[in-house]
Amino acid sequence: MKHLLSIDDLSAADITDLLDLTDHMVEIGQRPIPKVPALRGKNVVSLFFEDSTRTRTSFDTAAKRLSADTLNFAVSSSSVNKGESLRDTIETITAMGVDAFVVRHRSSGVPQMLTAWTTASVINAGDGWHQHPTQALLDCYTIRTGLNRRDGFDGLTVAVVGDVKHSRVARSDVDAFAKLGARVILVAPPTLLPTHVETWPVEVSHDLDSVLGELDVLYLLRVQRERMDDGLLPSLREYSTCYGLTAARAGALPGHALVMHPGPMNRGVEMVVDPGELPGSVILHQVANGVAVRMAVLFRLLGAGTDLKGHA
Amino acid sequence: MTRTIITAGTVLDQGGRRRADVAIGDDGRIAAVDEAIAPAAGDVVLDAAGCVICPGFVDLHVHLREPGKEEAETIETGSRAAALGGFTAVVAMPNTDPAQDSVAVIEFVRAQGRRAGLCEVVPSGCITVGRQGRTLAPLAELAAAGVRLFTDDGAGVQDPQLMRRALEYAGPLRITLAQHCEVAAMTAGAVMHEGACCSRLGVPGWPSLAEELMVHRDIELSRLTGSPVHLLHLSTAGSVALVRAAKADGLRVTAEATPHHFTLTDERLAGYDAVFKVNPPLRTAADIEAVRAGLADGTIDAIATDHAPHAPETKEAPLDQAPPGMLGLETALALSLTYLDMPLEDIIAALSWKPAAIAGLADRHGRPVTPGEPANLAVVDPAATWTVVPAKLASKSRNTPYAGMELRGSVRHTIFDGHPVVVDGVATR
Repeated sequence: MKHLLSIDDLSAADITDLLDLTDHMVEIGQRPIPKVPALRGKNVVSLFFEDSTRTRTSFDTAAKRLSADTLNFAVSSSSVNKGESLRDTIETITAMGVDAFVVRHRSSGVPQMLTAWTTASVINAGDGWHQHPTQALLDCYTIRTGLNRRDGFDGLTVAVVGDVKHSRVARSDVDAFAKLGARVILVAPPTLLPTHVETWPVEVSHDLDSVLGELDVLYLLRVQRERMDDGLLPSLREYSTCYGLTAARAGALPGHALVMHPGPMNRGVEMVVDPGELPGSVILHQVANGVAVRMAVLFRLLGAGTDLKGHA
Repeated sequence: MTRTIITAGTVLDQGGRRRADVAIGDDGRIAAVDEAIAPAAGDVVLDAAGCVICPGFVDLHVHLREPGKEEAETIETGSRAAALGGFTAVVAMPNTDPAQDSVAVIEFVRAQGRRAGLCEVVPSGCITVGRQGRTLAPLAELAAAGVRLFTDDGAGVQDPQLMRRALEYAGPLRITLAQHCEVAAMTAGAVMHEGACCSRLGVPGWPSLAEELMVHRDIELSRLTGSPVHLLHLSTAGSVALVRAAKADGLRVTAEATPHHFTLTDERLAGYDAVFKVNPPLRTAADIEAVRAGLADGTIDAIATDHAPHAPETKEAPLDQAPPGMLGLETALALSLTYLDMPLEDIIAALSWKPAAIAGLADRHGRPVTPGEPANLAVVDPAATWTVVPAKLASKSRNTPYAGMELRGSVRHTIFDGHPVVVDGVATR
């Protein structure tokens, strides 16, 4: 594996392998000194063309725990703002000696484009509406541990609720959940579903209340205020009424069901109830697992010939 | 008197095929067409063994980028690409900077075309001032200056009332309005065809309906006003069906299709390579079939390239920021011969005399290969195979989607205004 661009590039076995590796990374994270020398001497550059404190910090922490050198290329203060092209930026940094780029961009497809211009590995940290593969992996890991499902998701029912159309999290999660065997139901008004959704490996519902009782996982997506301006929603209030997680809806979930959200949450819109009061909420586990999953990805891409033993 | 003699070829024109040599006088006209013409001392002899000698091609749709974007193409480099593609006339789209909405700009484009001397550069005029879609361009002034085809190409005229007025006003001017059919309100931010691939890639799409709504609107406006309408670059099965029905009703509607819309599908965008981004977008296999069928049964009159050069750095931008468009002039004939299941006569008709009539050029291009006619000719080897190498193209830009592909059919010689501007596949100017 050279790059991680899309869940599409991974088989179910690849995903399971990364999740198994994540177990080791979780264990490392629990040590008094949570750091191993596995990627000593490797240079990991974060290239975030779109702000994301959470994801960047998570990757940064993961790389440091594996003893890689990390460099944050701050796009806002760089030559990109002086009109330098994407290609020149990548070729220039590559020439300095880079082993992996962690890339976030508001345009779909940018991480894939970059692979043509660099010898380094490229990890997609979110591109446009397209993919956010490490989010999908951490979500799979959270479900696997939360529901004790080491052998895949056969028999599980997962609802992904909200703005699927504009969501890279949804595109990645749907692929990953389906590959591991889950039944996936998209729940949203038709305007927030992608066109040609019939080509996706999912069922579709427009009635959240009718599916709550059969769910093992309720995955809520962020719904943004600008969707009203696009004529996709009459109002956030109406969305919240139809699709928001209220205490009553939470009560209709089976007792074992997990409630997940990729963050940042819109309280009072998709999340009406205080998630702190939901016994099934694993939202903070998702964040914690993010570091371990990203360690696993970095190690799988850059760690050939090394092992996870020893202390930094 | 120095003549150019084209020997050992087969003449193909509106009158069919016949074995004949063609002699061209130094007045720029065909002097003789005969089974065997003996060259005299000083005559230029062009071998056409295994080749077809036909009327030169007419491209209804090219973007030459001058004035305004000379880093992507100039009238000279675009004319050279045209000549190498067998074209003796090209209609230059008006989305230059400044736009072709005044006699001054029209005359400049023509003059640059004459200076290059490689083909006739025929400027189209804008329908609205600055292609802004708000007020009518000086259609009568431009018509008096010889402009015959008008369009806001790059965009469609969105306001149906303004389009109705334009067609009404155009009536007595004996001009044709051509439309880029796209309802812009349905295509904001669009990057590729709205289909399964687009859904997976996570980008906004151009729905087929955005094209078909305007095709339908303009067919009905032509019915209402009686003025002719030419529909640019049809890309969907629905558009082809609408035009077929309009023609069955006897309406004055003509249409063109590009080689890329009968050869490539939206799946090409899967790698996010902006070379494949074009407007209208590459559609589905079913649309390709419909476009091919439309060309075969004459629903679509002409093959036009929508030649759209872009500087390399602009096509290396993210897919949503890169400009749409691809090169077409040097590959059009070969793609037609390689991919269209049509008789050679019909392909040449769609490249030559049918578009010449639409562009108002039928007095000098797409003429029969007979004595006295203006010598605007293409000599085509239908069997020759070649591989597309972007760096070898004459265009100033490199954005061909066919890099590395082997195609069948090449242009051996091009005669423009009596001059051999391409000899053995090499431009002489």
